[in-house]
Amino acid sequence: MFDKKFKIANKIFKSRLIVGTGKYKSFSECAKAIKTSGADIVTVAVRRVNISNKNKARLMDYIDPKKITYLPNTAGCFTAEDAIRTLRLAREIGGWKLVKLEVLGDKRNLFPEMIETLRSTELLTKEGFKVMVYCNDDPLMAKRLENAGAVAIMPLAAPIGSGLGIQNKVNIKIIRKQTKLPLIIDAGIGQASDASIAMELGCDGVLINTAIAKAKNPSQMAEAMKLAVISGRKSYLSGRINPNLFGSASTSNKGII
Amino acid sequence: MNIKNKIKITVNGKQMQIIPKFTLKSLITKLKMPINKIAIELNKKIIDKNRISKIRLKKGDKIEIVHFIGGG
Repeated sequence: MFDKKFKIANKIFKSRLIVGTGKYKSFSECAKAIKTSGADIVTVAVRRVNISNKNKARLMDYIDPKKITYLPNTAGCFTAEDAIRTLRLAREIGGWKLVKLEVLGDKRNLFPEMIETLRSTELLTKEGFKVMVYCNDDPLMAKRLENAGAVAIMPLAAPIGSGLGIQNKVNIKIIRKQTKLPLIIDAGIGQASDASIAMELGCDGVLINTAIAKAKNPSQMAEAMKLAVISGRKSYLSGRINPNLFGSASTSNKGII
Repeated sequence: MNIKNKIKITVNGKQMQIIPKFTLKSLITKLKMPINKIAIELNKKIIDKNRISKIRLKKGDKIEIVHFIGGG
């Protein structure tokens, strides 16, 4: 089956599943889930080092950034200035330019603050960052982000960590029709079928954290998500039948007794 | 050295006392931080890690040392 490569900012990735590294019980559980997910991009956050406990385990000791692409995020940022400061620091740790921008506007629903998100996208792009943007599912705002230089549009399916699945398929389809940029569902996936639906809508990829990390068996759920993404993509590319209100027999009447 | 000669700085929100002319590199070494896994801010300016041996800390300096943690 022919499929175009999954390419973000001119870099080709094997897996269309991007996995978050937060909320796991331990770094080893996280590393195991990432391995079974087959993901070659993981999101990471920038935080203060604990200076009073120098022997505390570090993410980089468990997930090798030479083997897996780190995608630094701006989790917890509420203004463009916060986001830019965070990503400049991330870049300084090891030269990361491909980043996930996430500027929130409300602590309860965790929806993106789109005015600040747009402003941040412009500023970061001018600074040479390749910005993958967490956004709402508004096609007009998605277009503005694209014009501002975003390298990927990442609309939410539902609030972050909610596990509610895709709430607005129509908007996702409209965004799909209007953009050639990678379209990645970010946030709100709850189970494997949600990931398949995202791919069947024509998305290029899915970003999942909570649904894997908080599953009873994260490693097995990671594998389920991997298969769901592959399955949904194949289904999308195979060209589904037209839905029909009435039945159409699978068995011919010819030769009936 | 007499404790009165020490100067106060803030590292990741916590107060620390160091001897005058202590370099940023000495601080990183003292804290046993792996230089290739961190980024450093001095008074809100990002510091080039190749230059830390040349930077002498002053009274009231605010240092942030960050690294990557799990996130979505």
